[in-house]
Parts: sequence; C-alpha cells; structure tokens
Amino acid sequence: MTKNTIKIFVPCDAAALSVGANDIANEIKKIARKIGEHIQIIRNGSRGMLWLEPLVEVETKAGRIAYGPVQAGDIQSLFDADFLSGKPHELCLGLTEKIPYFAKQERLTFSRCGLIDPVSMADYALHGGLSGLRKALATTPENIIDIVTKSGLRGRGGAGFPTGIKWKTALEAVADQKYICANADEGDSGTFADRMLMEGDPFVLLEGMVIAGLATGATIGYIYIRSEYPHAINTMRRAVEFWRKSDLLGANILGSGKAFDIHVRRGAGAYICGEETSMLESLEGKRGQIKVKPPIPAIEGLFGKPTIINNVLSLASVPIILDKGAGFYQNYGQGRARGTQPFQLGGDIKHGGMVEKAFGVTLRELVEDFGGGTLSGKPIRSVQAGGPLGAYIPHSDFDVEMDYEKLAETGAMLGHGGIVVFNENVDMARQARFAMKFCEIESCGKCTPCRIGSVRGKETLDKIIAGEDVTANLELLEDICELMTEGSLCAMGGLTPMPVRSAIKHFGEDFKG
Amino acid sequence: MKANQIANVCAEYNNQPEALIEILHDVQHENGFLSNTALIDVANALNISRAEIHGVVSFYDDFRREPAIGPCIKICRAEACQAVGGEKTAAHAKNKKIETHDVYCLGNCALGPAVMIDDKLYGRVTPKKLDAIVKQRSAS
Repeated sequence: MTKNTIKIFVPCDAAALSVGANDIANEIKKIARKIGEHIQIIRNGSRGMLWLEPLVEVETKAGRIAYGPVQAGDIQSLFDADFLSGKPHELCLGLTEKIPYFAKQERLTFSRCGLIDPVSMADYALHGGLSGLRKALATTPENIIDIVTKSGLRGRGGAGFPTGIKWKTALEAVADQKYICANADEGDSGTFADRMLMEGDPFVLLEGMVIAGLATGATIGYIYIRSEYPHAINTMRRAVEFWRKSDLLGANILGSGKAFDIHVRRGAGAYICGEETSMLESLEGKRGQIKVKPPIPAIEGLFGKPTIINNVLSLASVPIILDKGAGFYQNYGQGRARGTQPFQLGGDIKHGGMVEKAFGVTLRELVEDFGGGTLSGKPIRSVQAGGPLGAYIPHSDFDVEMDYEKLAETGAMLGHGGIVVFNENVDMARQARFAMKFCEIESCGKCTPCRIGSVRGKETLDKIIAGEDVTANLELLEDICELMTEGSLCAMGGLTPMPVRSAIKHFGEDFKG
Repeated sequence: MKANQIANVCAEYNNQPEALIEILHDVQHENGFLSNTALIDVANALNISRAEIHGVVSFYDDFRREPAIGPCIKICRAEACQAVGGEKTAAHAKNKKIETHDVYCLGNCALGPAVMIDDKLYGRVTPKKLDAIVKQRSAS
C-alpha cells in the first residue's frame, strides 16, 4: 500500500529564514528520506506570527497543524512524536487558523499570505486570485475607479490619500504613455508588511498593478524594491517571469487585447527614495533627490508622463475590492478610514508580527492583547507608531483607536502601520536625538530646513543631554522643529520633529539634562 | 570585469541611462566594488558623463568605490532593533573590529536585533550570536 504524500509547510519568508527556516526544511527532508516517509515540503510565506518562526505546518484531514518555533534539534523528536499525523508535541500549537493571534484578525489583503505556495498559480486561483482582474477586464476604467473610490481605500504608505481620486486624475490626463509604480521602498523601522506580502503572495501585487493599469490607461509598471530586501526582489522577479509566460502580462492580457508589463527595479540604500518624487528620480537612474510638487506625479511623473505611485499594500488591496465589491471592503473600518490595515508589531514585544485588522482597533489591543506586552518582561514605557517620523505615544494614549484621523487628533500618525515597543529602559532624549540623526543621515540635501535643521537639532539635543542651558536649548530645539515642519519640502524634514516633539511633550523628565 | 563585459551588462538594459542603478548593482556584484575604469566603461556605454555617474554612485549607500576586505555585514541601527539591544550588538562588533555597515531597517523588526551578511538575513543577533555567525562564515 502506498501512503499518501504528506504536505509540510516551512516558510521561505525572510524573517523565518533569519531564524533558521532553511535548516529546518533540510533537516525534515533528510530524516523523512532516511525513514522512507513520502513528504512534500512547500515553502510558503509567513503566517505573520513571527515569534513562532520557524513555524512548521503539517496538512491533516482536520486542517493544518502548526509547530513552532522549531529549531533544527527539535526535528527528530517531532518525527518521534509522529507530527506527520499532526500528533501532539511540546511545540504543537494546534490548528494554525485557531491560534487566537491569527483567528482574531481580519485578513483581506493578506488572505493568502502564508497559506499558499507564493508562486503557484493553481494555489493562487484556488484561493480567489485573478477574480478581481477578470472583473476589471470586463468593465470600464471609469467603473473600476468608481469601485475603488467607493471602497474608501486610502494610501497605505502613510499619506492616506484616496486611491480612487489619484487614479481618476491619471485617467483624465492625456498622454501617449502612463505608468504605474509600486512603492516597495519600505524603509520605516518597524515595518515589514510589504516585504511579507511580496514574499508570501507576490501575485496579488501584480494583479493590483494590472488593474491599476486598466483603470488609468497605463501600460507599463515598475516595482521599486529596496535593496535590503533581496528575498522579496527575487520572489517578485520570479512572479513577473511567470506572469509573462502565462499571458497575464504582455501585449494581450488573458486574451483581452489589453497590454501591461511590469519591471522590477532595485533601490540602493537610500531611505528618501520612499518619497514618491525621489523614487521617480531613482527609477530614471538619477540621484534620489526629491522634486517640488506641483506638478503632481499623476499628471507629470516618471519621464514626465502621468504616473500612479501607490504603496504595495494599497495596490494589493485592490484585487479583493474588485472581486468582492466596494461595499464589502467599505464595511470594515470606521469614520474616514475604511477597510483593513496590516499593523506590524516590532521592537521589545513578546508576540511580534503582522496583524491585519479593520481600522478602529486600539493601540492597547494591538500591543497588549495581540502583542502580549514586552519580550523582556519589563513594563512598556512608550510606543513609536508610524516609523521613524512617527510620534512616541505614552500609556495615557494607548486607548487611541487606530485610524488616520484619531491618531492625528492625539498628535500621532499611522504611517505605514509600524508599531515599535520600548520598555522602561528607553531614554527618550536619546530617541529624540536619534530622530534628528536619522534625518541628518538620510536627508537628500535638497532643502535647507531638513539638511541643516537636522544637524543643528542633533547638536542642540546633545547639549540638552549634557545639561547645558537646558531651558534655552529646549526653546531653540522647538524653534528648529517649527522651521523644519513648516519649511521642509517633503515629509522627511517635515515630520522629523514629530518624534522629537512628542518625546519632549510626553516624557519631559528625560530632557532635564 | 573587462570593458566588453561591462558593455554587455549595459546592452542587457538596452544601454538606457534610466537603468544606471541596476547596472551599477550588477557590476558591483561581479567586481566587488566600482572602480574608476568600470565607471568610465559604464559612462561610455550609456553615453552619459562621468560626473552624472559620480553623482549617482555617491548618493546611494550601497555603492562602494574600494574593494571590501571581508563579507558585507549590515547591522541594523534603527528603532525596532534599538528596543531589543541592537546597540549592544553594534558596539560589540566595533570592539571586536568586525567591519560592519550601519543600515536603518532590514525589515526584521519583530525578530531584532537584525544583521544581514551579504544577502543572508539573521534575527535575534546578540553579541554572542554575532560571534558565532562570523566564526561559522569564516570557517566555510
């Protein structure tokens, strides 16, 4: 009697690889071969429960059973406990989809991530892939844009601009060539959702880009990926090749007569290239210096042509919106923040990972219920939300509902959904200094408030930390912050004061010298 | 890389100046760094000035003008790694005179401190683990 082949899932996500997922896959293969078990190892994306990585799953009749975090030394004992039949073991977590961290999420954009083989079209189609594209091919550009507008989708890169309105501007622009650019220059510390999605479900980004092309009349797309993400670059390149061969890209998409092609481009280690005009310069092979707006890229962008620049998560949310309708997506969220946001929990947190939830979940729920508090066991002192340009939030604001407007009311911002937890040992004056230093390092140099302000801001914080004329220097620092906020050309210089001012406001005791 | 090999790389991108960053990545991957002669060859193939290329090479942190001594060890100095002791790992590397490059976020923020050696990513890199990784890599 021949036994059925058992499917085992070991993630190929970079975070899982960083804690040894390749070794785990090799060890499982080796032992299975030795004892003559028929297994198939599928390298899926991550389920987003990163503290459990490497998370190994076994397919059983009851569903996928998870084990983690698995170390190479655990594999023999897993075989001994018959994990191939989903049997108990001290690392067994039960059914993956019943793990509360996962079960409590609302996965729309990430519905397939971790579930499927990232570059299997059969898997993709089986789990709803291409339905959005087919619907887009059967309708008009105006109707696609109407659906996206009604869904309430706003830019997930941080600015929160309504996606449908941006697309409408590009559709109405008359030009012989238009472009779609996916911004995958995910440079904010504490964020990794773009990377996770590109490594775990790359096709959904391609599908979103093709739909954006159909909606605006663009026929060429670029995915600009930061060079710090070699695995994502590799997966996206493979995905693009596969789509070209499958007539999902090229001159005749699925026989529709419509054309769209996509190129993957690497960044080269410049944070500023996440700023859209700087990214366009970089895509043109130039220094990544920002440009003054207007003209806005939707009217005059890449090579002077109308260009849509959307974050990876914005574009990847489009296929499900087209598939299930504007109302379906719009039903999630609250106020002017509709749909879901992939929140990323990092820093000193016990259960770090990706949590996709409808807007309106509180910071406390994310950090305490999902996150489980700190990894170190020390009390939380502050949370930085929205990346290096985001505010440091104190305990008293942890009940803030996470959406664009509610965060703005408390003087914070959502950014790209990154949440970094700091314990009681953090020195907030040093964090404020780091914000200025980061701006000094990463400023493109185009405008003076950012280029010089960051240096003077750092120097002033050095004096405050050393206890020199603290009151006068705090006043000077506020002056610099105001100048940078009001006078900088882009968000780099304009928002650097946000972490600085929030640290002073909420943690003033750290600024006494 | 010889001049004709560099010309071939540029030709793969149809000698388009917009592909300059991709071309520089490819040349650096082969050569380990960007020499003066390599940059002249690229300038000739793309029909752009050396000044333009210099502007680009000097803007982006990834490009290096000198050969590397050892592997390229990138160490994350950003907030999420700072929150879990990344600065201790960075200070340890400095004390041990391990050549590292500071980067700001490797996208491994839930499993910091993060380090990347060439294209391999590592998580939870304590000073002890850094020693082990470096030792293991120099042995292999």
